[in-house]
Amino acid sequence: MTRIVGIDLGTTNSLVAYMKDAQPCVIPDRNGRTMVSSVVALTDNGLIVGDSAKEHLTQNPERTVYSVKRFMGKGLADVQNDLAYFPYHLTETGGVIRIRLGQKSYSPPQISAMILKELKLRAETYLGESITKAVITVPAYFNDSQRQATKDAGLIAGLEVLRIINEPTAASLAYGLQKKTQGTIAVYDLGGGTFDISILKLKDGIFEVLATNGDTHLGGDDLDRLLVDLFVAQIKDRHGVNVGSYPDHMQAVRLEAERAKVRLSGELKTEIAIELPEDKGHFTGELTRDQLESLAISVIDRTLTPCRMALKDAGLTAKDIDEVVLVGGSTRMPLVRQRVEALFGKPPHCHLNPDEVVALGAAVQADILSGGTTDMLLLDVTPLSLGIETMGGVMSSLIRRNTTIPASAKEMFTTYVDGQTGVDIHILQGERELVKDNRSLARFRLKVPPLPAGIPRIEVTFLIDANGILNVTATDMRTSQSQSIEVKPSYGLSDTEVERMIEDSFKFVAEDIGARKLIEARLDAESLIKTTDKSLAEAGHLVAREEADAVRTALSQLSAAKDATDPRAIRARMAELEQAAKHLNVVMLDASLKRSLQGKKVTEVT
Amino acid sequence: MVYTPCPFLLMDNNQPSTHPDPRRQLQMARSMCWHCQSEMSGEYFCERCVKVQPVSKDTDYFSCLGVPRRLTLDPQKLEAKFYELSRAFHPDFYQSKSPTEQTISLSNAAVLNTAYRTLRDPIQRAEYLLGLETGSVKDIRTSPPADLFEEILVLQDILEEYRASEHDSDEGRRLRDTLKTEQQALERRKEEMESRLRELFVDWDKLQDAGEATSPARVERDRILKQMRDLLSHRTYINNIVNDLAATIA
Repeated sequence: MTRIVGIDLGTTNSLVAYMKDAQPCVIPDRNGRTMVSSVVALTDNGLIVGDSAKEHLTQNPERTVYSVKRFMGKGLADVQNDLAYFPYHLTETGGVIRIRLGQKSYSPPQISAMILKELKLRAETYLGESITKAVITVPAYFNDSQRQATKDAGLIAGLEVLRIINEPTAASLAYGLQKKTQGTIAVYDLGGGTFDISILKLKDGIFEVLATNGDTHLGGDDLDRLLVDLFVAQIKDRHGVNVGSYPDHMQAVRLEAERAKVRLSGELKTEIAIELPEDKGHFTGELTRDQLESLAISVIDRTLTPCRMALKDAGLTAKDIDEVVLVGGSTRMPLVRQRVEALFGKPPHCHLNPDEVVALGAAVQADILSGGTTDMLLLDVTPLSLGIETMGGVMSSLIRRNTTIPASAKEMFTTYVDGQTGVDIHILQGERELVKDNRSLARFRLKVPPLPAGIPRIEVTFLIDANGILNVTATDMRTSQSQSIEVKPSYGLSDTEVERMIEDSFKFVAEDIGARKLIEARLDAESLIKTTDKSLAEAGHLVAREEADAVRTALSQLSAAKDATDPRAIRARMAELEQAAKHLNVVMLDASLKRSLQGKKVTEVT
Repeated sequence: MVYTPCPFLLMDNNQPSTHPDPRRQLQMARSMCWHCQSEMSGEYFCERCVKVQPVSKDTDYFSCLGVPRRLTLDPQKLEAKFYELSRAFHPDFYQSKSPTEQTISLSNAAVLNTAYRTLRDPIQRAEYLLGLETGSVKDIRTSPPADLFEEILVLQDILEEYRASEHDSDEGRRLRDTLKTEQQALERRKEEMESRLRELFVDWDKLQDAGEATSPARVERDRILKQMRDLLSHRTYINNIVNDLAATIA
């Protein structure tokens, strides 16, 4: 069987992992980095993804997309409160958010597909084979539309998504493989944008989810926002500048907030430095862990109610939990660990790398699907109740939340009027009584033969598959004929639209690879030109004139190549420049070393 | 640790049934492998071509899980059966199989999950068995026990009064205390019913194990079924009120 990789498609970072000798491993890039920033930027040279795209957040905020996961499977009305925080432009077509980048609009699955392609390429480069199949993780509390959108993203990226698996349960697979534990565990997963809690029973290789709960709009991003609001207010107070009206500086504030938050997990206080717009200099200040925690506690405490509800649904109390496993970067915060410990009455297990454990678990699930691992089996649940609209705008539940999947329910439909030829069915997901308070998943019209009222009997089967995705089929009980149903998703791309996006993505695949090589070469060339310019300025007078001239010639040749479109020529000129500037760089290093030692006593140096 | 969704004592049924369900035998003899058309003798896998077979529409949940049709089931054994069959049916293990096998795996796993969910909860298990035995597909209607009718009417009034009251006032506190006392009384009542149900479960299983088709046995059977139906119906009614009370005064 062809290889299946496991992908953690995260709000902030994404990873790809595979199974090597019965152990899951995360695939690093050339520099050994395992995480890819979930950021896509439209540059003058084209679209770029990952860490290099992250650099564009402050240079080019309107054309740099981050946290796209928050928009998966959603309409514009769902994210009204977020709009002010995102510098890029959002619109909506056909119930699906579109993100404007330059002249074109992209759906969230298309943006996610670019991140997936990056991971695919990384795996292909590392493993030296073509990768076409993947297991992708989603938050356990993702609804049907969000899962479907993730599957669409995979298709657009040229990946057959063999399984959508929940992040906390993926983590439990990696944890269970490593610890060989038996018993009941709680997986507390606080990521960049979402929170999940899953309670599992581990026994004889079976990972049975007893209950899951969460909030798909709660994560590290929310903590960053609290700090952003604080810094913006402080800057206004002290410097009279409203940073809010400068998208590029807002991104600088956001990134500094994120970094400060991360630093405060290890330190008790930290220095803040933010460049101000209009040449007003820098804002500097100090932030203490106490300050961060007094802001963060309201956000973190929002995770406790889902935890209690999951326990209740599992029919358990906190003391029944043998181990609490922490997942997601945000669980590095000491306050999170304190709150979790207080709730469950025991210190959480933090020995797994919270950033990598989900991807590792996805690789384990991939190995189960390809027949490699046969002793482990994950029995997951559907996080939300599934139902249909009945008279009076009330939701009638067909499959209750926390039902083990695959799960199915049958419902018989008939007609109210003689000769009626169709019954409209509205499918919903959620825990509330009224239709309007639940998530609309889809609508479809059941075809009915024209007969007297009450005579037709159409049985509709609602089946939630192992991905947590709904499938609907109908059978006319009088004729035993099954009928195909065209379900129109309320918040999702239509099949034809996905097909078109896949086509687009394949059509441009050759051009994409070429374009990508060019973009990368140009970016590398730019940074080489910058450093060489600096060396010349600092040490050009310390080398022979001919040597400096040679460097300048190589520089201008590289500049010319960079403006042309042949990546190989750029690489060749880069190699020439590196050769020409080799001695210059050594001289410059010596000079700067000498400068830094000047005026110091020998004792200080040795 | 053992996962028990309901505060019920579950008893080990050590005596395997000596009377296999005749309907099940008939059905198995009738079936043919969908793939090689040979007569099916294995349970869920064709013995000749090893292909997975669909769980028949007529298979009840007890047969599906391969446990006797009893009301006192050992939860550990039930779980072990569920895990064993999950390993046999789960779609994870059919990734490289044919589309037909994948479809069968998916629907079998869904049936298995429903069966296990129903049987692992003693109340749902009893309700399901009642349906099987009496041939009624309708859900059991909830009804108040006759001797509690008056009391429940009064309680509903107090509930309404409390909902309309200022919860922090003396009046609100007084009403809440009354409701709390009522809630505890109803919970005791519910426990009594559940313990009575457990007795009936044992009676039922004994009668089944004896397997007599005499006329007194039939009368006894009907008596147990009727009592179980009434108790289940009252218990659900009281359970709903207790939940409502708990939610209101929480």
